[in-house]
Amino acid sequence: MIKVNYFARLRELTGKSNETLEKDNITVQDLLDWAEETYPGFGKDTIHVAVNEEYALKEDVIQSGDICAFIPPVSGG
Amino acid sequence: MKAFEIVDTPIEIQKYSDYVLHAGAGAVTIFTGNVREWTHGVRTLYLSYEAYIPMAEKKLAEIGAEMESKWPGVKVAIVHRVGELQISDIAVLIAVSSAHRKAAYEANEYAIERLKEVVPIWKKEIWEDGEEWIGGQKKYPNEGR
Repeated sequence: MIKVNYFARLRELTGKSNETLEKDNITVQDLLDWAEETYPGFGKDTIHVAVNEEYALKEDVIQSGDICAFIPPVSGG
Repeated sequence: MKAFEIVDTPIEIQKYSDYVLHAGAGAVTIFTGNVREWTHGVRTLYLSYEAYIPMAEKKLAEIGAEMESKWPGVKVAIVHRVGELQISDIAVLIAVSSAHRKAAYEANEYAIERLKEVVPIWKKEIWEDGEEWIGGQKKYPNEGR
């Protein structure tokens, strides 16, 4: 299973800060596709995924135990 | 304090200035990013910032390492505040010291540009007639874009 974190607009859209998914060995793209299907309006094309606090590529594989975060466009400063 | 940190309390400038100052430093630059009331004709009431704190602090430290590599000898502290911020509050502070001023100025500007690109921090603007998380899909009230 993998843990996913939601922030900012995505936290409000999903109504949660995080959740645990019964998934293993999926790509970042798979995770984004799942999110878009589960939460209409997610906007996967503009969102990066961090795996264990590092930006990941779409083809990177997420393993059981990984901590993921959906990173919408940042706006710090 | 940590040299690279996210805080939820007001940012005290002196603390970070003192941290980067040392006997070999002939220059210290301090940048503060503050909450602005008017943006593109829209009046902000207050801002709300949110961060993925462990990753944000890690990314701030990486920016610090990039600065030390590009401008050898600089000493850096970067702090960003989260939570509700009022007009003129300091949202971000970057302190850089160097032997001579040029490096301190240049490295400081580099830091804010990088922060805006890679650090997982999000800003929500709260206006009189609405609110929105700021980012890629930016739109302004009454403009429909």
